[in-house]
Amino acid sequence: MADLTSDFIGIRSPNPFWLASAPPTDKEYNVRRAFEAGWGGVVWKTLGSEGPPVVNVNGPRYGAIYGADRRLLGLNNIELITDRDLYTNLEEITRVKADYPDRAVIVSLMVPCEEGAWKAILPLVEETGADGIELNFGCPHGMSERGMGAAVGQVPEYIEMVTRWCKQYYSKPVIVKLTPNITDIRKPAAAAHAGGADAVSLINTINSITSVNLDTMSPEPSIDGKGSHGGYCGPAVKPIAMSMVSEIARDPGLRGLPISGIGGVTTWRDAAEFMALGAGNVQVCTAAMTYGFKIVQEMISGLSDYMDSKGMTSIDEIVGRAVPNVTDWQYLNLNYVAKAKIDQDLCISCGRCFAACEDTSHQAIAMSDDRTFTVIDEECVACNLCVNVCPVEDCITMEAMTPGAVDPRTGRTVEADYANWTTHPNNPASNAAE
Amino acid sequence: MSQNAFTPGIVAGRLDAADYNTGFSDLHPALDPHEALVAADRCYFCHDAPCITACPTDIDIPLFIRQIATGTPDAAAKTILSQNIMGGMCARVCPTEQLCEEACVREAAEGKPVLIGQLQRYATDHLQAQGVHPFSRAAVTGKTVAVVGAGPAGLSCAHRLAMHGHDVVVFDARSRPGGLNEYGIATYKTVDGYAQSEVDWLLQIGGIEIRSGQALGRDITLEQLRAEYDAVFLGMGLGGVNALGVDGDDRDGVLDAVDFIADLRQAGDVASVPVGRDVVVIGGGMTAVDAAVQARLLGALNVTLVYRRGRDRMNASVFEQDLAASKGVRIVTHAVPKAVHGNGAVREIEFDYVDDAMAPTGETLRLAADQVFRAIGQTLQGDALPALDGRKIGVDARGRTSVDGVWAGGDCAAGGDDLTVTAVAEGRDAAMDIHATLMA
Repeated sequence: MADLTSDFIGIRSPNPFWLASAPPTDKEYNVRRAFEAGWGGVVWKTLGSEGPPVVNVNGPRYGAIYGADRRLLGLNNIELITDRDLYTNLEEITRVKADYPDRAVIVSLMVPCEEGAWKAILPLVEETGADGIELNFGCPHGMSERGMGAAVGQVPEYIEMVTRWCKQYYSKPVIVKLTPNITDIRKPAAAAHAGGADAVSLINTINSITSVNLDTMSPEPSIDGKGSHGGYCGPAVKPIAMSMVSEIARDPGLRGLPISGIGGVTTWRDAAEFMALGAGNVQVCTAAMTYGFKIVQEMISGLSDYMDSKGMTSIDEIVGRAVPNVTDWQYLNLNYVAKAKIDQDLCISCGRCFAACEDTSHQAIAMSDDRTFTVIDEECVACNLCVNVCPVEDCITMEAMTPGAVDPRTGRTVEADYANWTTHPNNPASNAAE
Repeated sequence: MSQNAFTPGIVAGRLDAADYNTGFSDLHPALDPHEALVAADRCYFCHDAPCITACPTDIDIPLFIRQIATGTPDAAAKTILSQNIMGGMCARVCPTEQLCEEACVREAAEGKPVLIGQLQRYATDHLQAQGVHPFSRAAVTGKTVAVVGAGPAGLSCAHRLAMHGHDVVVFDARSRPGGLNEYGIATYKTVDGYAQSEVDWLLQIGGIEIRSGQALGRDITLEQLRAEYDAVFLGMGLGGVNALGVDGDDRDGVLDAVDFIADLRQAGDVASVPVGRDVVVIGGGMTAVDAAVQARLLGALNVTLVYRRGRDRMNASVFEQDLAASKGVRIVTHAVPKAVHGNGAVREIEFDYVDDAMAPTGETLRLAADQVFRAIGQTLQGDALPALDGRKIGVDARGRTSVDGVWAGGDCAAGGDDLTVTAVAEGRDAAMDIHATLMA
């Protein structure tokens, strides 16, 4: 069993799996259950300023997108920050941290964009003994309409300013949580970095409407016949989140800025992928909300087995390992040639590869009268769609052609040398239009 | 309870009422909406799907399952019924494990096909429960067609003809329409009077008149029909039953399985149907299994199904054989009847064991029997019929017989499996050819 101990910006936890700031971390009861289940840390659900707490909607807060068999692929929410009293939360955080000194307890915060508001709350958080804070600059609904959450996260200058206040009035690590509802994730990350943030965490949820009730014509979740965009999360957002994580990880100006990866982490494999793309740890919410806290046991065993199989002894050996392989399209090797290959022993003859290729791609799969499906190398561009639609794992694979062989599609010999877009002879527009 | 399993002879009321209810309830209870969605989610929506090819009526199975999965079961029903107007009954009685579900790629992938038959029933039940008939008649053509037999072939033909605007009269020898759907299928496969309600639903198309108690050769003749109607479709099935052809075949207690099955279907209360203590069913098809299983369900102590060849040659599917075994039916193979013994009524039946070439091995088997059911095939009855092909009416690919203006389909016609679904397909296709001919 590999050692999964995590040291993220000086905050130690027995494993890199934290629960994200969200309903699962709203109160002592849940957090204790999470720690008993094995979670390495929690980011306590966002606290607001002293005074009457926010009031949530009293109808559905969540909407869902399903895959086959009602498997939840995406979840959206219109919930706000904690609707419990500030001091109740602070007392509970203090108790929990005292009882679980080996676990990470981070406090998520969202108060108005005024120095006084931050100056008021930060000492209170400091007193709890929590390990750090996370600035919620990402919540896309409700709070953003009050000038907080994503309304701050979408303005880099505000991010920098507030981060600076926090570093001024709080002694422990400050993590800035970023909203994906912007054009270039590197801009808010750079602002956080400039403000002195110890780390960024991303992504927060994505603006979304999950469905429309076609009888009432109300978006869902529907509150008295009306719906608002909510924050989208869950497995469906993982590709978006991983791209944004990698953008920060490989940006020369941000290199070395620690990242807490968030967005659809459901299994150990998802976590390892985020970490390979530069995340020092991961935060999980939807998977826990779908299956309960016990999933962390699979994450722990899975990551541990993976590390053992690779001879890794520290999670730091995973972090960032894939970053050098994330590049721009223009640097992809156009001399690399692959062809689809169908394993006839595994094929169940559903014909989905044929339909996909014949109707929507390159007419590169042949179908015989007895439903044998074979790749026509003369037509196959190795687009991978057949692999993607095949219901049988590993039945269709992409096989690289050996240099020296002739690609029957182009008639050209496969070159061993690298040639990208700017140098490949097949590209007439090898220089971008100015 | 005055009778029980040990009571000798052929008696009714061997069981408690609750046992009858359990035994004769729906073999495959209907899927509920959740089960249907789970089952529908498993369909891969194959290209040129093998299940469609395997279906004698070419139902677009992936499409109807997708329609269920997307919350439109009535659209799914219309997809089914447009190809197979008796899709509801076929969903219940088709040997799907030999047809669509055998071809399902998930059978190849993991040995568990999509539950096509049960999903088909889900969709058709959903529509029919609302009393909705999704088809309407074309403008009336003024052409008239006589259909002989109100079974699957005849009704399928009649519906398709009526839909195209022709006026159809269906003649049927029995008192109730439906043919084998009404009289010839095990009770637990079609509960709650489904056969009758399906016929009622089918007739909503309009333009179809059913004349019951009209048998060809007894009450009507083919010549009359040809003279009075623009076309004739023969779909009267096989009215005769093959005899055992051995000594004692006429003893009391030696009966036709089809009559036993029909009695059960027509009985107001199955408990009133008498059954022997030691029952022997001779045959290897669906009828034999239906009779044997139901004899057990009625409380017979010993039921033995005896077939002359090996299990792999039985017309009854493996599913049916397993069903019989699960109900306590003993299956004996490679045995042919030699003699029926008894003094007036049957007491024992004697078999010769045979090898795969049907040659007697010299060994014999004697089984105690107070009731013997013949289920060794049915025969075409009647004369003045179109030319035969073997023992059935010869037809071409369009269902045309040797007689001009006369088509045939279903069990009475040569070719095809003797399945409900095949009969429906043949009736439908003949109707299309009749329509094309009449409108030419």
